[in-house]
Amino acid sequence: MFDLERWQEIFETLSKNKLRTFLTGLSVASGIFILVILLGFSQGIANGVKSQFEQDATNRVSVWTGVTTKGYKGLNPGRYIQLKNSSFDAVVNEYDDYLDYRTKDYMIWGGTISYNNETGNYRVRGTLPDNQFIENADIGSGRFINQSDINESKKVAVIGNKIKQDLFKGEDPINQNVQIFGMNFKVVGVFFDPGGDREEGQVYIPVSTAQKVFNAGDNIRNMAFTVKMADDFDEAVAMSNAIALGIERKIKEIHTVAPDDVSAVRVNNTLEQAEKIYSLVATIQAVFWFVGIGTIIAGIVGVGNIMLIIVKERTKEIGIRKALGALPMSIVGMILQEAVFVTMFAGLFGLIFGLGLLELVGPLIESDFIKYPQVDFNIAITTVFLLVFAGALAGFIPAYRAAKIKPIVALRDE
Amino acid sequence: MIQIKDLHKSYHMGSNSLHVLKGINFNVKEGELVSIMGSSGSGKSTLLNILGMLDEADEGEYILDNVPIKNLNEKIAAKYRNEFLGFIFQSFNLINYKSALDNVSMPLYYKGVKRKERTERAMHYLEKVGLAQWSHHLPSELSGGQKQRVAIARALASDPKVLLADEPTGALDTKTSYEVMELIQGINDEGKTILVVTHEDDIAHMTKRIVNLKDGLIIDDSPVEQIRASAHV
Repeated sequence: MFDLERWQEIFETLSKNKLRTFLTGLSVASGIFILVILLGFSQGIANGVKSQFEQDATNRVSVWTGVTTKGYKGLNPGRYIQLKNSSFDAVVNEYDDYLDYRTKDYMIWGGTISYNNETGNYRVRGTLPDNQFIENADIGSGRFINQSDINESKKVAVIGNKIKQDLFKGEDPINQNVQIFGMNFKVVGVFFDPGGDREEGQVYIPVSTAQKVFNAGDNIRNMAFTVKMADDFDEAVAMSNAIALGIERKIKEIHTVAPDDVSAVRVNNTLEQAEKIYSLVATIQAVFWFVGIGTIIAGIVGVGNIMLIIVKERTKEIGIRKALGALPMSIVGMILQEAVFVTMFAGLFGLIFGLGLLELVGPLIESDFIKYPQVDFNIAITTVFLLVFAGALAGFIPAYRAAKIKPIVALRDE
Repeated sequence: MIQIKDLHKSYHMGSNSLHVLKGINFNVKEGELVSIMGSSGSGKSTLLNILGMLDEADEGEYILDNVPIKNLNEKIAAKYRNEFLGFIFQSFNLINYKSALDNVSMPLYYKGVKRKERTERAMHYLEKVGLAQWSHHLPSELSGGQKQRVAIARALASDPKVLLADEPTGALDTKTSYEVMELIQGINDEGKTILVVTHEDDIAHMTKRIVNLKDGLIIDDSPVEQIRASAHV
């Protein structure tokens, strides 16, 4: 293997059979290249979907209401179900042991907010302190809404980073007053959200304040909770489903809604969706693996095929070499060493090229669903070795047989 | 140099059996130039292949330079071929992607000679056959006569005991044939033992002894007056 003379002989043979060398290398390199790209993008999709779920807590259960579509207990359909503080309290009372965080929101979709001469339209959300964790909001400076803000219905606001950029133009917004519909609110914090501009373009104020200043009484728009997570994912999904179902039943009971009315009360269970999406991603990854392995098998068959042809083409040369005193094993060794060298070199080339392309193109991809495509280097290098091994094996059998042929038969071969 | 006793060889093709050599006896002394003649199917090429250890006899005794050649495994056969024998083929059998020089140095590679010495020795033999200035040409860039001379240089490269030539002039025109024979005679003059298989009378008469084969038996074995090829060139 480390015989310099042998290597010289092999390099000479390879460089004088450029087309053959090139074709063998191409089939190996493209196989590895395609595998790397496929695996990279499958990882990218997984990353992208994961980051979509990072916008909010994954174990979130949220409740929205709408208009009834079915008559129930003498009440007509077409009734709007208005959630109240009391509906929220009832749910919390019943399920408190299973909940981590809880919030009730009252919001205005388009609130006019101004600071000095800058004005913009943003969503204004009255909320509870827990919402910070339900929304996965990160406090950049200052603080979030706290319990005393709620108790005293203080006119304080936590603004998203986008609003800070839009209105404050680099000024520190903490302790400044912004006007919401002309009313002064003191900015107490700035938050970031993995959801990006859409989520960062809102203002949080205490829900009690919102109900007062917007004359909402004890109305709320929606409520959201996070369910305590069991260690086991399947168990967590089952529990979160059970609680979501229980909450839905409870609210329907309070508001006298038919149990089978799906549009009046909607309970959205993120964990259940997450499970579906994750299994979808797993399926996509499995398909990519399948295609990738198929590509590798095609590459192996290609290498094997080329090796067969090479040996066939060189039968006469093998006869000549044997007539000149070559040992059978030196002939097998020569062909194998050539095959291993070419597949290894081409495999690594395809690997580096694929990784390089991912590295180069990855950051340029602007899609919410593909992020940071990358490949586990160990997996990639393992497939290269697998291909090299398979190529060597595919070359070994015909080479061994060719070396066994009597030189006189090999020489007769035209 | 070569002693053969009662050599038999059959080929089996399906249910048919073809008895090619039916008991060959002959000896070759060192420095002889022998031609083996016969019509096609007489067994002359089979005999040469057995002498060259490219093929094995079914029965009989073969002693080469006092070494009995029998029950060879591939490894020993390869070693003997490399040490004892040099081959010259009708169709030259040069490796087409290697230069003349590399072709000539091939037996030395398998003998384990280092690259530098290999090149020097190969160059020496190319000079001997008059092709020094063609050393870096591929076989495809050489004429038939030149190719055969490269093949002769290659056969000589490992300094074998015996040269075996199978129809060395079969693919060449008369003039080139005589040039090749002149070269072979010259090598023989230096003391190398050479066996030539041919079916051409004029080529046979340029050797020193003609062995005539017919239907797997030697029917005539007699020394001849050697005609120098140089007289015809």
